[in-house]
Amino acid sequence: MNEPFPLLSLVIFLPLIGALLLMLLPRRNAPLVKVSALILTLVEFALSLPLFFNFDEKNPGMQFVERREWFPEWGISYLLGIDGISMLLVMLTAFLTVLCVLCSWKGIEEKIKEYYVSFLLLETAMIGALCALDLVLFYFFWEIMLVPMYFLIGVWGGPRRIYAAIKFFLFTMVGSVLMLLAILALYFHHGGETGVYTFNVFDLYKAGMPAVMQYWLFAAFALSFAIKVPMFPFHTWLPDAHTEAPTAGSVILAGVLLKMGVYGFLRFAIPLFPAAVVAAQPLISWLAIIGIIYGAVMCIMQADLKRLVAYSSVSHLGYVMLGIFAFNMQGFEGGVYQMLNHGVSTGGLFLVVGMIYERRHTRMIADFGGLSKVMPRLAAFFMIITLSSIALPGTNGFVGEFLILLGVFRSNMLYGVLAASGVILGAVYMLWMFQRVMFGQITKEENRRLIDLSKREAAILCSIVAFVFLMGLYPMPFFNKMNATAAGYLNDVKAKTVVYASPGNIPAGQIGAK
Amino acid sequence: MVVKIPELAFGFIVPEIIVTVSAVVTLLLAAFGRRAIAGTLAGAVALIGAGLALVFTLSSWDVDASIFNGLYTIDPFGVFFKSLALIVSLLVTLLSLRYVEREEIVKGEYYSLLLFGVLGMMIMVSSTHFITIFIGLEVMSIAVYVLCGLLSGNPRSAEASLKYFLLGAFATAFLLYGMALVYATTGILDVREIAGYVASGKFVLTPMFMMGMALLIVGFGFKTASVPFHMWTPDVYQGAPTSITAYMATGIKAAAFGAFLRVFYTAFLPFIGEWSGILWLIAVATMTVGNITALVQDDVKRMLAYSSIAHAGYILIAFVIGDPFASSSILYYVLVYTFMNIGAFTVVILLGQKDRENTGIESYAGLAGRHPLIALSMTIFLLSLAGMPPLAGFMGKFYILSAAVKAKYYWLAVIGVLNSVVAAYYYLRVIMAMYFRAPSGEQRQPDFSPAYSIVIALSVWALFYMGIFPRDVLLIARKSIGIFM
Repeated sequence: MNEPFPLLSLVIFLPLIGALLLMLLPRRNAPLVKVSALILTLVEFALSLPLFFNFDEKNPGMQFVERREWFPEWGISYLLGIDGISMLLVMLTAFLTVLCVLCSWKGIEEKIKEYYVSFLLLETAMIGALCALDLVLFYFFWEIMLVPMYFLIGVWGGPRRIYAAIKFFLFTMVGSVLMLLAILALYFHHGGETGVYTFNVFDLYKAGMPAVMQYWLFAAFALSFAIKVPMFPFHTWLPDAHTEAPTAGSVILAGVLLKMGVYGFLRFAIPLFPAAVVAAQPLISWLAIIGIIYGAVMCIMQADLKRLVAYSSVSHLGYVMLGIFAFNMQGFEGGVYQMLNHGVSTGGLFLVVGMIYERRHTRMIADFGGLSKVMPRLAAFFMIITLSSIALPGTNGFVGEFLILLGVFRSNMLYGVLAASGVILGAVYMLWMFQRVMFGQITKEENRRLIDLSKREAAILCSIVAFVFLMGLYPMPFFNKMNATAAGYLNDVKAKTVVYASPGNIPAGQIGAK
Repeated sequence: MVVKIPELAFGFIVPEIIVTVSAVVTLLLAAFGRRAIAGTLAGAVALIGAGLALVFTLSSWDVDASIFNGLYTIDPFGVFFKSLALIVSLLVTLLSLRYVEREEIVKGEYYSLLLFGVLGMMIMVSSTHFITIFIGLEVMSIAVYVLCGLLSGNPRSAEASLKYFLLGAFATAFLLYGMALVYATTGILDVREIAGYVASGKFVLTPMFMMGMALLIVGFGFKTASVPFHMWTPDVYQGAPTSITAYMATGIKAAAFGAFLRVFYTAFLPFIGEWSGILWLIAVATMTVGNITALVQDDVKRMLAYSSIAHAGYILIAFVIGDPFASSSILYYVLVYTFMNIGAFTVVILLGQKDRENTGIESYAGLAGRHPLIALSMTIFLLSLAGMPPLAGFMGKFYILSAAVKAKYYWLAVIGVLNSVVAAYYYLRVIMAMYFRAPSGEQRQPDFSPAYSIVIALSVWALFYMGIFPRDVLLIARKSIGIFM
């Protein structure tokens, strides 16, 4: 095979190289550091564009594959590739990182250099984890992700940042070390059966395992990913981490890191352990439903804006998991699409909350009221993003949530009914929050003098809103990219499992585009 | 292939000779040299001696010879551990150049004892004969008993020395008693011959023989600082000069594991059923006690002492399994552990002053703001100790765990990884102090010296290199354990 241009490697390691370069810049020259970080992330985003446009929609398999030997005696290789799902998530990551750099322009005043270095390292780890197809390589990136995020929360976070940072680190680490053992067990089992010792995930897909072993290994993988998603009852680190993290940290945490958990289920846990997935489907679905409703109820009671958005993530990710575990085309594609939506909408919400916080240095809902009078532009953007979060038709959230509910109804009516109740709760907490913050009389004197959006902030929110509408009104390009992958994926899962509601005759893309 | 060389084969022990000669020269320099330069000169001699010895050791990589009537062995396994001991001595000598000056330790003796200690390690790991192993162990131990107490005027140092000596002597007696019991049953002192005798079928497992094995476990357990034979470790590690702490935590531990591994995997492997259960318990206890106790330490030096106990526990995971092939992970781990530990101790030294070690965690507060590079390197060492990729500590853990999983010791592996999460907490505490907290108390300039920077830079490089390209080192380790196959 002719060695193609290693685009994925470039996309993965450009931020790392950038981080190293950034370290060399003079500390005093803050504008230079900021501009360099922005340029780096923009170049990174530009580099990732060919991944989207040159992506072959017909090909359900891996594309842009790169393979190099790393440790052949052990079957560890440097194996990269993306399919329709991971490609979209890579795009999301590159996009959100640019916004993160932009939104930290004013908010971060200390240790600016280290801040952007952490961000770039995080970007490398995230994109690496999304592209890695070798379990050891994946685990490398997966664990590396922890460190910069830990620093982002711990150094630039709020008052309880130390507690939040350590909680985040330890929760995630418990899950991932057990997954490491499961990876090794899988490796030796596969090697013992076939004589081929490899960490290549596609070879391991074919490993036949006794059901009991599958249960244990799936449990280890699922624990690790469920903590990351986070699924109820492993979500308790999330509100703390989000509340204490700096704005950009929250954006990237909600936008990408949580998706890593779902992605882990998709890429690893489900195809590797089909029998266990069949057995675990009701459990996961119920946990997802509990997460949807519990997250929503918690949101209603929150006094802190950021904590509210954090709990709404628990609820939204519950939808994603439920949709994917419906194992039909609508639910699956809806779930994947909702991952992107959540990145855009919840990322947007965190950005707005961060902008308000920068002005007012409080996030308590009770401290606000009537903000729309002094900040009409911010209010408009906030409204649109809020509506997209509660899935109003015409916004991106609607497409994803509708497909998920459709898929879930087709696989299990009861799940569907319960999940749909979360939609109503979602409208309740989001709109009520919006009403208390933005409408009514200005009750606090401090709120009268707030300044409306700057050009930089408006540009950030414009790009978010552009995607809200693009993905809501014309989702076709996105679905086109993932249709083949999703169909192929579900066929594989179907071949391995018995539970699989019929794929249906309506191509999901058409529903989205109606 | 074993080459029988009946004549005295001094060609094979050039490294040992070089180390001995340089040890004697440094001692003489201290006695007769001019005071002003004698110390520095002694340090230079020690460096050159260790460096030369390392070159000669590495050049005997492909040799497999039994010399001096079977009392001494040159094989890749021994060469691996000898090189490791020499690397430790090089790094420790380097960082001592400034440290002994600051602490006003008598220099000539210091370097001389350091080299004698290394000589002991080299002898101990290059023999299959109980007597030679014992002599090596004693040469090493006696040198270190003295080294621990070299901080004159510091009662903690004297306490460390005395404690280590008394308990060490006790443990040595156990070891010797164990060897005696094994000899009493078999009439053989060479572990390879014992293995042959056992394989011949004439051997009957007697309680006396088992007692001998048990006592050997106690003796080696003491030197490797395994629970429940670890009681001396925290006090000795904390009281000793920090450079010697680093030396003990890496060099002695590695040499003890080397001899332990050689004896048990050569002679006693057929009886693995008898000893692996005991070691299983010891491994679990070592990891857990080490980590849980480290959690509550507010002194970084003491925390590193407990963490070194915990790391002995991780190494024991691979030991318990009794798979010769998997034992290469032990070799890899001790090598990796050497770099991360010496690196961390160098930072500890760097932040101290004469009579004020500043090892409390509060003196690390805000370090990142004042000295970003020191804080960054410490972070790298601590993250490696915690087993985060892409650092070598992760790969070390990875191989140990893979050995356990391969042999289906699932519970041991699970206990191991959960322990590593506990460990992450206290390593992160130091990172937290450095990065997340504001500096407290008076701020003193750290004790900069190029010698420290070289040690730190080398360690950082080694951790990244062995973490990202583990293959080279692991293949070397794998070749070394060829003697067990």
